[in-house]
Amino acid sequence: MTQLFSSFINIGERTNVTGSAKFKRLILDGDYETALEVARQQVENGAQIIDINMDEAMLDSVQAMQTFLKLIASEPDISRVPIMIDSSKWEVIEAGLKCVQGKAIVNSISLKEGEDIFIKQARLIRRYGAATVVMAFDETGQADTQRRKVEICQRSYKLLTEVAGFPPEDIIFDPNIFAVATGIEEHNNYAVDFIEATREIRQTCPHVHVSGGLSNISFSFRGNNPVREAMHSVFLYHAIRAGMDMAIVNAGQLEVYDEIPAALREAVEDVILNRRQDATERLLEIAPQYQGDGKAAPQEDLRWREAPVSKRLEHALVKGITDYIIEDTEEARQQAEKPLHVIEGPLMDGMNVVGDLFGEGKMFLPQVVKSARVMKKAVAHLQPFIEAEKSADARSNGKILLATVKGDVHDIGKNIVGVVLQCNNFEVVDLGVMVPCETILHTAREENVDMIGLSGLITPSLDEMVHVAKEMQRQQCDLPLLIGGATTSKAHTAVKIEQNYDAPVVYVPNASRAVGVCQKLLNRQSRENFAVELDREYEKVRQQHARKQPRSKPVTLQHARDNRCKLDLTQLPSAPERLGVVPVSATINTLRRYIDWTPFFLTWSLAGKYPRILKDEVVGEQARSLFEDANAMLDRLAESGRLTAKGVCGVFAAANIGDDIEIYADGARNTVLGVARHLRQQTLKTDYPNYCLADFIAPKSSGVEDHMGAFAVTAGIGEDEIANQYREDGDDYNAIMIKAVADRLAEAFAEYLHERVRKEIWGYAAQEDWDNEALIREKYQGIRPAPGYAACPEHTEKQLIWDLLDVETHTGMKLTDNYAMWPGASVSGWYFAHPQSRYFAVAKIQQDQVEDYAQRKQWDITVANKWLAPNTNE
Amino acid sequence: MNRLKQHPIYAAAEKRILILDGAMGTMIQRQQFAESDYRGSEFHAWHKDIKGNNDLLVLTQPDVIYAIHCQYLQAGADIIETNTFNATSIAMADYDMQSLSKKINLQAARLAKQVAQKFTLTDPSKPRFVAGVLGPTNRTASISPDVNDPGKRNISFDELVTAYEESCEGLIEGGSDLILIETIFDTLNAKAAVFAVESVFERLQLRLPVMISGTITDASGRTLSGQTAEAFYYSLRHVEPFSVGLNCALGPDLLRQYVDEIAQIATSLVSVHPNAGLPNEFGEYDLSPRDMAIQIKEWAESGLVNIVGGCCGTTPEHIAEMAKVTDGIAPRKVPALPVKMRLSGLEPFVH
Repeated sequence: MTQLFSSFINIGERTNVTGSAKFKRLILDGDYETALEVARQQVENGAQIIDINMDEAMLDSVQAMQTFLKLIASEPDISRVPIMIDSSKWEVIEAGLKCVQGKAIVNSISLKEGEDIFIKQARLIRRYGAATVVMAFDETGQADTQRRKVEICQRSYKLLTEVAGFPPEDIIFDPNIFAVATGIEEHNNYAVDFIEATREIRQTCPHVHVSGGLSNISFSFRGNNPVREAMHSVFLYHAIRAGMDMAIVNAGQLEVYDEIPAALREAVEDVILNRRQDATERLLEIAPQYQGDGKAAPQEDLRWREAPVSKRLEHALVKGITDYIIEDTEEARQQAEKPLHVIEGPLMDGMNVVGDLFGEGKMFLPQVVKSARVMKKAVAHLQPFIEAEKSADARSNGKILLATVKGDVHDIGKNIVGVVLQCNNFEVVDLGVMVPCETILHTAREENVDMIGLSGLITPSLDEMVHVAKEMQRQQCDLPLLIGGATTSKAHTAVKIEQNYDAPVVYVPNASRAVGVCQKLLNRQSRENFAVELDREYEKVRQQHARKQPRSKPVTLQHARDNRCKLDLTQLPSAPERLGVVPVSATINTLRRYIDWTPFFLTWSLAGKYPRILKDEVVGEQARSLFEDANAMLDRLAESGRLTAKGVCGVFAAANIGDDIEIYADGARNTVLGVARHLRQQTLKTDYPNYCLADFIAPKSSGVEDHMGAFAVTAGIGEDEIANQYREDGDDYNAIMIKAVADRLAEAFAEYLHERVRKEIWGYAAQEDWDNEALIREKYQGIRPAPGYAACPEHTEKQLIWDLLDVETHTGMKLTDNYAMWPGASVSGWYFAHPQSRYFAVAKIQQDQVEDYAQRKQWDITVANKWLAPNTNE
Repeated sequence: MNRLKQHPIYAAAEKRILILDGAMGTMIQRQQFAESDYRGSEFHAWHKDIKGNNDLLVLTQPDVIYAIHCQYLQAGADIIETNTFNATSIAMADYDMQSLSKKINLQAARLAKQVAQKFTLTDPSKPRFVAGVLGPTNRTASISPDVNDPGKRNISFDELVTAYEESCEGLIEGGSDLILIETIFDTLNAKAAVFAVESVFERLQLRLPVMISGTITDASGRTLSGQTAEAFYYSLRHVEPFSVGLNCALGPDLLRQYVDEIAQIATSLVSVHPNAGLPNEFGEYDLSPRDMAIQIKEWAESGLVNIVGGCCGTTPEHIAEMAKVTDGIAPRKVPALPVKMRLSGLEPFVH
């Protein structure tokens, strides 16, 4: 029994204009939103399929059916269940079938108009991919007796399975449930006829199902719900046992058979089973006793309404519920300082939850789109309040141009971003697909937009986006640029796009993030902070990326060497003022002017660019206090002289041979002091050379005399002692502070010394005059790559610097067994002065280069593999 | 239907795992064609940019497409796909070339058939087949393009049927042995394709085996239009496909669970042609032929598949590896399932 009932299917009946006055009114009024709620409630109440019927004379039924089905398609809570398309008109059924992606059920076809039409319709239903209800109806009319019901169903079965090729399991017979207890004697056996016909049909037509419209049975007791429900339960109890396995019911209103009062149950049973002549009279007699006991309409689970307002907003956004969004938004508004804060706060938080769930695959697109609708309603409610405050407030919404770039025709994602932005009261200028760069920039100017969003799905679009960014830079555009679409990524944006354009470039991973990003970019204040945050983030991504295996294809070492950077020999740096080793020292007071403070704050996990960070709303206070403490520390160090900065540098005659650089003892170039071995980029480059630092020195074969330099500096002499002392005093803060400050001083020393080298020691840029900001941004000519970092990642090369400059003697700096420098606050590196020299990352190299390098270094291959592991590992 | 099962591909599929070809787009991309290459002489004065209209190449660069088909057949493909992914009049409208749809489909099928026949003649023990491809088009019949108007659609079922009928006729006339409806991200589009295909079969008084291949777009395990793999299959099962399966969007690792899901319930053969991994940050697919083949082999050994091939980022090298590793492994056995009504909304419903 349990098994029988558990495999019985409830089909929701409330979305039927012929059966529900409420639903009919909603559809006639065009209130589809509330009508959808009716459908949703049914599914929530356990309907496993929902029946939809729009047969009403006052309606354009085709139109109404299509509209409602399309709307349902956007409601995953509803459309997760199969649809039953219910109409007596074939054109309505066919229109409905064209709107459902699932496998639906047609309700219904029959032999009413003869075999030809019946077979034709069945074949079409099959072609549309649906199951079908077949009414026990033929050319002579609707079957009422058991015999007629069975006959018609058997005949239909034969035609469907043998002529129309219809699978028997997709046939659902409806042998007609008619009202009983009507007072007309011929009606008294209708329920029995149905039940017995069902039994016979299930026995003689394998695999079919039997269904019916349950509410008909109790038609004569309209207005007395308890009796009607009792009749339904009793009828089902017996019909299911006979083989009825589906029914159109009000899923929320089924009385449990066992809970029907005994007297009522017996009277109802007499009627249904036609057990007594006076069954109808007896039921009529007792019926009034049960009237008025109608149960309240079942309620949805409203416990979430008890949560705090921000949680409620989140719930509504995640679930896509619009019912309470206005009142909740209003409540949030009253609690917020400004109406805009409701958007930026709880609403965006909610949308971010949606974005995360979407990203994790726990929500899918139709749900996200629904969330966007809820968001729109909330924003619409806030809009007048925001308008009213506008004079006092910064601009809260703006205009964004969206385009799928040239060569790409994919626009689903872009369209979603567009609608989500519109929901949040952004004005969207959507240029569509395959938009050439020039059209984008021209329209941006014409329309005076606030930012530009580019989208693309296919690979070549990435290059097009780079192109647009370059063009924006060239045309001196300063609008923020948003990058999105399936193939785009933070790494690509950071590595390939962002560096080509000075204004903010933001990678937007999904539509729900777009609003937050746009809002941050529009507010002048938040835009600056956001830009700094982005800079930092992208820098990190770039570094991570540089460490990663190459994304592009490896090439052979020979191929990479053939694509070396060709040096313009007419632009060589001038010959040095002094050749040979120069020991240097500097006072704390000199060096502190060269400090790049931004990384100092990062050490303390404070994000933001110096000096802006000192005024930052969130971290400003903390940053200021750190800055004061660091400067106090510098003051004390300058005064006490306990921390010493020492360095050494040298400029040498040098020449390039292959990937090596020969370094000579003097200008005669006869005595080789040492050979610097370098590594070459070994991935396929189409627009750039495969760089190697050796390329930045003139080849020996050219006969041109070139030079290079080396340096090693430390500001850490004494740092360990001072730090230990603080630690012993239990002052961990200053123990960290001294290290952080010494680190900065060492970097400042490198910067300071590089400047002296450019201006006097080598003197190739004697006239340069940069402020510290420009120095930090490496505006000057020449580079100072450090062994162990991206451009010359192999650490043992530091030994050559130590040998060339006799570093330990001059500075006390040491190399550990693993070629780490001591003290910690130390920097060493090479000087390259040619204007073409630039930083790059060697990144992934191949085994042929490892072997070649081993040979050059006269290493065993295992040694080479060990030291080059960071560049060979996957 | 029984007559259809006389089709030689059924016999081939009983014996071994069949190999489908790999990506066409990836191979075309290698050519680095310029706008002028796309145009050829026939469309040198076309009023719109047509670079990227890969399907047009069957008219303007037929030798290149022919050569790509050749490479895949050499790699061991039993079935090659026509270069018609975007050749419906709906997708062609982006280039204002909707009127060329029929011609492109016809020519694409002819080209593929020529190559396939050549290979079949060389080695009749391994017959090669041409799958006429019906792509998803660039519109969705069950998703609104406008969030403020969830009932809106930018394409109707009837418009899709019209376009698919035209393409399908071209594909059949050109000699396709099978029809492959693939990269289905909106099942309603595919239902229209099935409707069109059935109508064309009826009109031409013939039937070809139909392959169905859906796309699970992301970690939600659903199609773009929201259906689970099982629900998707139930929506299209009525065409009694030769095979049902999945392609594109994901690499073999992420796709496996959905292949498994379909393998359990499909009463037809199961096909898969995954991407060569997920695209990396630069839009490249970097799953190597060897690594991909290792995963495909595991599927074969687990009895999940009857037909394997590649989608985005795969190359003849990938296909050759797949052919190698699946050689000698028995194809999946079609399970006998109880006779039930198998309905679906976004989720499956079996009764």
